[in-house]
Amino acid sequence: MSSLLVAAIGIIIFILGYRFYSKFVAEKIYRLDPNYLTPAHQYKDGVDFVPTNKYVVWGHHFTSVAGAAPILGPAIAVYWGWLPAFLWVVLGTVFAAGVHDFGTLVLSVRNKGQSIGTLAHRLIGKKAKLLFLFIILILVLMINAVFAWVISNLFISYPASVLPVFIQIPLAIWIGYAVYKGKTKMLLPSIIALVVMYGVAILASNIDFLQIDVVAYFGGEGAAGLFGMGAVSSAFLIWIVILMVYVYIASTLPVWKLLQPRDYINSHQLVVGMAILYLGLLFTNPAVTAPAASSASDVSWFPLLFITVACGAISGFHGLVSSGTSSKQLNKETDARFVGYFGAVGEGALALVSILAVITLFPSAGDFTAAYSSFAQANATGLGNFVEGASQLANGLAIPPGIATTIVSIIVVSFAATTLDTSVRLMRYIIAELGVEYKIPALSKMHVATSIAVILSAVLVLLPEGSKGFGSGGYLLWPLFGTSNQLLAGISLLLISIWLKRQGRNFLVTLIPMVFLLIMTLLAMFNQVLFQWSWFGSDANMLLFVLGAVIFVFAVWIIITAISTLTKNDIKES
Amino acid sequence: MRDKFKTLVQWYDEMLSLPHRSEVARELRDEDDLFMLLLYSEMVGIPNPVYYYTLELYPYMLEKFHDWHLRMGMEKSPLDGIRCC
Repeated sequence: MSSLLVAAIGIIIFILGYRFYSKFVAEKIYRLDPNYLTPAHQYKDGVDFVPTNKYVVWGHHFTSVAGAAPILGPAIAVYWGWLPAFLWVVLGTVFAAGVHDFGTLVLSVRNKGQSIGTLAHRLIGKKAKLLFLFIILILVLMINAVFAWVISNLFISYPASVLPVFIQIPLAIWIGYAVYKGKTKMLLPSIIALVVMYGVAILASNIDFLQIDVVAYFGGEGAAGLFGMGAVSSAFLIWIVILMVYVYIASTLPVWKLLQPRDYINSHQLVVGMAILYLGLLFTNPAVTAPAASSASDVSWFPLLFITVACGAISGFHGLVSSGTSSKQLNKETDARFVGYFGAVGEGALALVSILAVITLFPSAGDFTAAYSSFAQANATGLGNFVEGASQLANGLAIPPGIATTIVSIIVVSFAATTLDTSVRLMRYIIAELGVEYKIPALSKMHVATSIAVILSAVLVLLPEGSKGFGSGGYLLWPLFGTSNQLLAGISLLLISIWLKRQGRNFLVTLIPMVFLLIMTLLAMFNQVLFQWSWFGSDANMLLFVLGAVIFVFAVWIIITAISTLTKNDIKES
Repeated sequence: MRDKFKTLVQWYDEMLSLPHRSEVARELRDEDDLFMLLLYSEMVGIPNPVYYYTLELYPYMLEKFHDWHLRMGMEKSPLDGIRCC
């Protein structure tokens, strides 16, 4: 089957979803009012609340939500065949993610630009907000552990990508200072930075000396390393320690010094990456070799598919961005449809191309099945397969395979690193907020909170022994990431439903995806926590059991509180 | 066509600078807040040796003071001596 046809079907559904479904939701359900005074105008302060052009807000929103997760999830989910992953990404984007991202944006706009956490407090109560904070805390902790492993793994597998990624740091600091002190424009310096990075990538791909291959420094895969461990485990340890030191510094610096200029460079990488992949697809039109549905599966697609593809179909994290920053910048309420819904469509398009890169990689269905022989195998090699598949597409644009692989791995590492920085920073804020709520002032100190965040993440990634040995604790946690992220999305949809009901409007458009998502997530979680990770489970793991059980109990608690709020009819809000 | 391309590049640049600009503005605002706290310090019980000199700045600071107390979540001025709204 032609991959171009699959892409075209997906894109047409996205377009129809945006053109008709989002219009219906905007006009009949959310009832957007072009004359409504948005928080950007109401509280205009030139800092957080700034009325901004809708295309600009969309671009900012999209680059904030698009990271490594919409690539990683689909690359693993094709384990059940390409069709289920494709259908969930396309239909999930149109009927769940679009409504969710759009809804959290509208809800926040109608409530002084407040974030989802604050709105949970207002709509359900203080206890719900605290539980919500705990779920987000565990979620970001997992992201730290997972992404530290993902980056270390990519550095070990693709040593040519190390130098260009590290060169990005001084370049970003230079841009930050140039813009802050010199008030120069950002576009040209960040494009120069990107060109330098890719130039170094080309050099590093061809010159062995420029490849920072820690495993080779120890004498290759079989050789002995530090503290009686093998070379690969030692390399993991070294990379994770370096990454943890880096995120500590990055998350305590003012954001304009490093994080934001790095985000600009990464925004270009997102544009370049998507352009390369879709153009590569257009020019080469590779055949889909993976089976549409895979019968040989040790883990059932139901309900696990819906939590494996988290970002890319629907993601709770998007609600945090929608209600955190985008809602404060909306010029007109009617722009919410373009920013929120079309933002989700952009993310869906990224997930779609991730699926296509993987399912066109292998020469035959047999090779695909061999590479995706078990769910554990899919988890371990999914991202590597994406890098290979994407570089094969880039090869269609006459980019040599070695250079294409390095550039794709740089893009993935950069996205993962941005997510890592942001989530460590977010974890610091949450720890500080909990410190304030529970009257432990020491926790609200920047270095105390950051140290707790970094040490907990490092312990989590290093302590447990994963299937790939030392350092793969983060990889063990990936299934938990999907569930807690989807829970967050489900709870956000619940909040929108409560709000819609109080307005006396039809709330089925958010209630149906919410019920679907919460049932799938809780079912998957219940199955995993009880039958897989508990002491009598098939794959006993106390760490996952405890974390999973805590999230499960908190989630059920919030949902019960929220449903009792939903069924009450007493409060009417404006 | 050329104009459209220019607008597109402008939007792209604006999209990149949006968070950066607000972060720099936030830093400057924090500095301003600190400066204002020093000016109004004696009203919150912190002795200010240069009180005499700062007194004449108050009329110029009123608008900023109003923005500050709104931002801090106080509908009305928290200081008895200064009623800006």
